Amino acid sequence: MANSYTDVPEIKFHMNHPLMKRIVELKERNYADYGQYDYACKDYEDALDNYDKLLEIAGDINANIINANAEAVDEEGPHCENGRVRYAVKTYENLDAMVKAGLNGMTMPRRYGGLNIPMTVYSGANEIVSQGDAGFQNIWSLQDCIVTLYEFADEDQRQRFIPRVCAGETMSMDLTEPDAGSDLQSVQLKATYSEEDQCWYLNGVKRFITNGDSDIHLVLARSEEGTGDGRGLSMFIYDKRNGGVNVRRIENKLGIHGSPTCELVYKNAKAELCGSRKLGLIKYVMALMNGARLGIAAQSVGLEQAAYEEALSYAKDRKQFGKEIINFPAVYDMIATIKARLDAGRSLLYMTSRYVDIYKALDDIARERKLTPEERAEQKKYSKLADAFTPIAKGMNSEFSNQSTYDAIQVHGGSGFMLEYKCQRIYRDARITSIYEGTTQLQTVAAIRYITNGFYQTVIEDYAALPVAEGYQSYADRIAAMAAKLAECTEKVKEAGDQALLDLCARKLYDMTGYTIMSHLLLQDAQKAPELFQKSLNVFVNLAEAEVAKQSTYINALDVEQVANYIQ
Amino acid sequence: MSLKIIVLAKQVPDTRNVGPDAMTPEGTVNRAALPAVFNPEDLNALEQALRLKDANPGSTITMLTMGLPKAAEVLKEGVYRGADEGILISDRPLGGADTLATSYTLAQAIKKVGDYDIILCGRQAIDGDTAQVGPQVAEKLGLTQITYTEEIISIDKEAKKIVAKRHIDGGVETVEGPLPIVVTVNGSAAPCRTRNVKRVWANKNREFPTWGAADIDADPMQIGKAGSPTNVKAVKSIVFKAKENKSLTASDEDIESLIVELMESNTIG
Repeated sequence: MANSYTDVPEIKFHMNHPLMKRIVELKERNYADYGQYDYACKDYEDALDNYDKLLEIAGDINANIINANAEAVDEEGPHCENGRVRYAVKTYENLDAMVKAGLNGMTMPRRYGGLNIPMTVYSGANEIVSQGDAGFQNIWSLQDCIVTLYEFADEDQRQRFIPRVCAGETMSMDLTEPDAGSDLQSVQLKATYSEEDQCWYLNGVKRFITNGDSDIHLVLARSEEGTGDGRGLSMFIYDKRNGGVNVRRIENKLGIHGSPTCELVYKNAKAELCGSRKLGLIKYVMALMNGARLGIAAQSVGLEQAAYEEALSYAKDRKQFGKEIINFPAVYDMIATIKARLDAGRSLLYMTSRYVDIYKALDDIARERKLTPEERAEQKKYSKLADAFTPIAKGMNSEFSNQSTYDAIQVHGGSGFMLEYKCQRIYRDARITSIYEGTTQLQTVAAIRYITNGFYQTVIEDYAALPVAEGYQSYADRIAAMAAKLAECTEKVKEAGDQALLDLCARKLYDMTGYTIMSHLLLQDAQKAPELFQKSLNVFVNLAEAEVAKQSTYINALDVEQVANYIQ
Repeated sequence: MSLKIIVLAKQVPDTRNVGPDAMTPEGTVNRAALPAVFNPEDLNALEQALRLKDANPGSTITMLTMGLPKAAEVLKEGVYRGADEGILISDRPLGGADTLATSYTLAQAIKKVGDYDIILCGRQAIDGDTAQVGPQVAEKLGLTQITYTEEIISIDKEAKKIVAKRHIDGGVETVEGPLPIVVTVNGSAAPCRTRNVKRVWANKNREFPTWGAADIDADPMQIGKAGSPTNVKAVKSIVFKAKENKSLTASDEDIESLIVELMESNTIG
């Protein structure tokens, strides 16, 4: 039987990275749960085996249920009835399978009913589910909002809400409004505290809320009357059981049809404060968004995998001019490039996930006891790495998924334009990845400070200092040349001392950074598993070298005087 | 209302994915070339059991399987999906059993389990396709049987009553029966749910009790080869030759001549 995990050995490769040992050690607190919970792991090998078995279940469900249902879900879509969402029929089947398999609240500690798995493994499951249906992945993966609730809610709230999510209740993050999209500081949804009822009430409208009729919502609302910026916003928990929020409409979208994107009307909706007032946007939503961005990176990689499989199987089957089209360079070039981007982007996804895991596990330990100075230094290091890598992983992979699904249609020729083939669905589904949870342009904004302050450069230098096996030196040299171009361009832009020029070059510097880092990661992977990554290393370094040269040429041609010509 | 449920399951060679080396030159099944799987309709039976358990908290599911020690894999698979207990019935004298000896052995094991309200199993196994074991188990235990079941609609332990929908030609039939009962489940019933992560992690190293012929107080003359009146005389691989093919056009004459030929050979009509 098909299995979206065991059929893709590249995913398992990333689950066995050396950093996993440290992650498991931190996450499992020296295996303290063993003996207390019959499903707790007893050592590192046991933990890895458990993760493997979990992903195998996700791979089975995706290949045989979610993927099989995807076309019907895409066609039917969700319905809005009397202020509530009714999912497509097959979406309920998908959800039922995931709940019965226990794939909910997966990263939560066991004391709340969770599986206590690292984000890296959760990213694996996220990728796998996205291979079959990126729209369904939205509904299911919003469970990771629970991480934010776990981190910032009080113990009473944790005990009330987390077990419900682990048992399969769904979540949503209600952030955007008609006039507050990328600019969340403009959120207007009003939160009013009633001294009489000793609770908060929410009033207003939210728009573009994914899975907006979920069971438990995290809501960004203005709690401080008279304020106009992010400092007046707090985060609230709205429990659907209390009522007060209705779905006014479901958006009619280009892709991810199975995922209901809702307009919500709050009418005196009873809600409770999560964490402290005024930290809603500046602290909690930032944490929430970082988790969501990693989720979209995983979704993008899943879509790239689907694009690769669709393109490859069609090209092996379709004959023209007397032979299968896979034999034509013009076709295998496209497919090899899809695969190279996929392997590079996937490596970035899991490296980012590992960085997130280490700092989050240390954050969590810090809630229980004081960290040692070494642990504090480690926490700081990985927190910075996670913060720097997340926008690259999200932005680059979402752009890759757009390119790769486009190319998958191209491989199909005229058939790809017909609605019968899966490639058209994944193309439509991929389009949103570079938009939601922060557009690529906003990922660039998040990343640019790490470009100008030289942080990525130090990471690249650390990677370059790793030993290189025989036969790989030429790749290492070529990547070093890319890094030199990046450093040179960064210096040139910085020296100009002009903010507009820097902003204009930011995306180009961001791309150069992404390609250089991914080349390094793929070089590391190919040395460990040449049977999986050798070809992709070759293709990707060719591609990255060309992209870096292109952006470098462009930046070198630009100067402050030209900026005016870009303004329409 | 908690139920005591028994599920009979069999590990079978995966005959759905037959490759060129599936048969030995001697004409017997090349078991080494075929992966061993959970008999598909037994999975349908397990799902019905799990639904009963979901709807009746406190219920327990005990799985029984007869076979080589490797057959314990189906017990583990069942536990991964929600069964509580598993018992392997495995002993050298039990080998070579036909359906009669198999059903006797299973019935003896069920008697040893003792306390049960319902026994579920697949309609038939994909290696033998006899559909005899479930009904024969019912006969040996003196129980009512409902075969070809698609769905158990209700079960009432107090009133000792079960209502089930069974698959019949061209439709379904709703029947009622007394408890305890044997229910064989059709492949058109709901597919079995997948494994549950926590159950897999908790049970991956689990071992199951093994009962031999003596444990189930079996009569040596009714088990294994001794208890099997069925003898396979020969297994033939029928290969259609090209000359047996006939090409027909879509004309009325050709179709009519085909109908006449099929009627004359009693293939149809």
